[in-house]
Amino acid sequence: MNPRSTFARRFTITAALLTGVAVTAAACGAGGSGGSGASAPGITSTQIVIGSHQPLTGVAAPGYSEIAPGSNAYFKYVNAHGGVNGRKIVYKYLDDAYDPAKTATVVRQLVLQNNVFALFDGLGTPTHLAAVSFLNAQKVPDPFVASGCECWNSPQKYPETFGWQLDYVREGKILGQYVAKHFAGKKIAYFYQNDEFGQDGVKGLDYEIPHSMVVSRQSYQPTNVNVGPQVAALRASGAQVVVSFSVPAFTALLKLAMLKLGYNPAALVVSNVGEDPITLGGLLQSFAKQGGASVNGNALTNGIISDGYLPALGDPGNSWIALFKKIHDQYDASAPFDGNVLYGEAVAYTFVQAMLKAGKNPTRASFVSAIEGGLPQGPAIAPYAYAASDHAGITGAYMGVIHNGVLVQQGPVLTTDTTQGGAVTADTKGEQQAPASGIASP
Amino acid sequence: MDRHASNRSAGAAGEQNAALTLAGKALSAAQRTPSLLRHLAGAVVVAVLLLALTSAVNAFRDYQIAEIATDVVAVAGLTYLVGLSGQISLGHGAFVAVGAYVTALLMIDLHWPMVVAFIAAAVTTAVLGGVLGAAAARLRGPYLAGATLLLAVALPTLADRFSGVLGGDQGLNVNITAPAGLGGNFPLTRWQAWVTCATALVTLVLLANLGRSRVGRSWQAIRDDEVAAALAGLNVGRLRVLAFVVSAGCGGLAGSLFAITAGLVAPTSFTLALSIGLLTAALIGGLGSLAGAVWGSLVLVLLPTYATDVATSHGLSNSAGANVPLIVYGVVLIAVMLAFPHGIQGGLRRIGGLVISRRRAAPAVVPAAPAAPDQQADPQPGQPAGQQAEQEITSGPSPEHQKEGPG
Repeated sequence: MNPRSTFARRFTITAALLTGVAVTAAACGAGGSGGSGASAPGITSTQIVIGSHQPLTGVAAPGYSEIAPGSNAYFKYVNAHGGVNGRKIVYKYLDDAYDPAKTATVVRQLVLQNNVFALFDGLGTPTHLAAVSFLNAQKVPDPFVASGCECWNSPQKYPETFGWQLDYVREGKILGQYVAKHFAGKKIAYFYQNDEFGQDGVKGLDYEIPHSMVVSRQSYQPTNVNVGPQVAALRASGAQVVVSFSVPAFTALLKLAMLKLGYNPAALVVSNVGEDPITLGGLLQSFAKQGGASVNGNALTNGIISDGYLPALGDPGNSWIALFKKIHDQYDASAPFDGNVLYGEAVAYTFVQAMLKAGKNPTRASFVSAIEGGLPQGPAIAPYAYAASDHAGITGAYMGVIHNGVLVQQGPVLTTDTTQGGAVTADTKGEQQAPASGIASP
Repeated sequence: MDRHASNRSAGAAGEQNAALTLAGKALSAAQRTPSLLRHLAGAVVVAVLLLALTSAVNAFRDYQIAEIATDVVAVAGLTYLVGLSGQISLGHGAFVAVGAYVTALLMIDLHWPMVVAFIAAAVTTAVLGGVLGAAAARLRGPYLAGATLLLAVALPTLADRFSGVLGGDQGLNVNITAPAGLGGNFPLTRWQAWVTCATALVTLVLLANLGRSRVGRSWQAIRDDEVAAALAGLNVGRLRVLAFVVSAGCGGLAGSLFAITAGLVAPTSFTLALSIGLLTAALIGGLGSLAGAVWGSLVLVLLPTYATDVATSHGLSNSAGANVPLIVYGVVLIAVMLAFPHGIQGGLRRIGGLVISRRRAAPAVVPAAPAAPDQQADPQPGQPAGQQAEQEITSGPSPEHQKEGPG
């Protein structure tokens, strides 16, 4: 056997291989857009194609994978009722498994190959950060990122990007004000995810809660599910109130670790992100089962204090809940009607609102200026901040207590800004009613 | 083959031999050309093809080509480590991570030129590979796998530990632009494809030469029998460390390419899944083979996109379709391992070897075949010496292939 021949052949084969790829790739190459009625990429006389990156598999999938189907259910409803100025919305959401490298790929696929008009509701802080520079460089509208990171509100740096949900700093301030007011003189402790989400939340809390009241600050890494040491430290600090900026899985782990250590603070305050009672109750039961114990999820979530920026799920009298429940039952019935589905439908409603406002022949620029011109409140319980100089979304929330698997509102809707001095004030404008047609009027 | 058969076909075989000898002379002239030159010539041909390809396809395909080229660099290094030197690494994702962070820091904070940052990243990871290799040289099998696994799990958490410098979970943004000389509208993804493909080709040429050098042969010797290799005077420990150095350097270089392609370096990209994915790509492609590294990278990058497209275009919902790539990936892995235990490249060699040995042996073997099926399974011993040699030069079975026998 002559070793030289092997290597000569390897190169021949490599060359042949790459040529093969060349041909294949060229064959399935450019899809191209165009056609009549095209005022922008992704828009034809009959369609508006939009895309998204979502965690449909992997660690973030439980719960969050319901959001895009929820949005799609609302789009199907709109399409069945005449579409947006006669155009049907085609929503292509691709799985990124919550991995930024995959996000970078699927977003390029959506923009460069599928020619989407906009990237809608891309989910996650670390994931969307892998796409935001690219989207803005390509001048692709990037509305309503599914993450409360303050970073999306940078109109100078990211003119195409808009937040939607209540950002974590505002949320921290609203929770902080409540804690400072209702638990004055008590020992407070923080439990938070050690990333942008948790840190932004703690920033907001610190704006409102005097430092002297905080006796312990414990953080966790989302990759390490053992929170025993942190909970032991919370217990040792003698904190009477624990404020948690955690995702649902870690809220459940916190609660179970507290149970195990016999630590029972007077109050547990949890960010909206980690509070959805249906998701949380399910996680509590399944985690306890893995540990060989049996708990009642509903009983354990009872009494948790949290906030909400969308109408409470348990309020069937609310016009938005009635509308979204109806659409869910018709187009997305296989998923439970929980906070994730509600989120997906509500953000989809906002997208249609902006799309209608962008005109009969929308362009990417007219769409962005439609949002910058401000949007009516819609399903949110507080106004949006949208303006040319402000790309933040919902500006307020109400406080509530979980009772029998439902967050029950306590007191008025509170709004605030993201600055240290900015007051947390009761919102007097009130909520809007859902339109009878279920679709915003332009 | 039996003498009777070979006598019957002596006339035909004689003519064929004459022709083959001529071809053989031409080929052995090619063989005398230094391998570096031949590899370079091959690389130039491939580069021209890639240039044509990247200009013909759309921007997203260019991006995928860049991703493939990035993976080729990492998988090529890993396939040499595992396939040639016989060591295992479950932690190659960690080298990719280090390379990516070094590149990002040098390019963002110090504004180093891209090429210099690439070299610095490769050198840094090579040094890290040397340190790990020195420890690994004492470990075997599962212990080595465990030690490297630890690296893959532990290293990305440093990004959170030193979030001030490394950007924490948010990571570091690496934004490159195509050189102004190419024109304002030059697609960035094509530039990324060019940079990554050029780097991959250089890496492949260097690795191909290394593989057929004294070092490469020594690695094969220690892989096959350490004791024998040591008795023959090879420094086993040093060779094993060297394999780690080379392989880690490739991993780091792949990290550089990752940084400029994805545009973001964040710890969530360098999970254990990346390390396992790289090893799987090397296995699917064919361990120890550079062409196999290309195959494996193609599967790694194209299969998920393709499977999702097929699934959704056949009416599966996006949510259900998202699970299809995982299933297809598993099925492909099982199928390749069952059908081609030596990976796609091993399988191709085997098929190619079979086809050519059939064609070559046809005049002599066919009449004798029914009488001597066992000899058909191994036609080489009875073949004329010249013909056998030709067969090896042009398309002879690989070392693995010989072990199995062509049947």
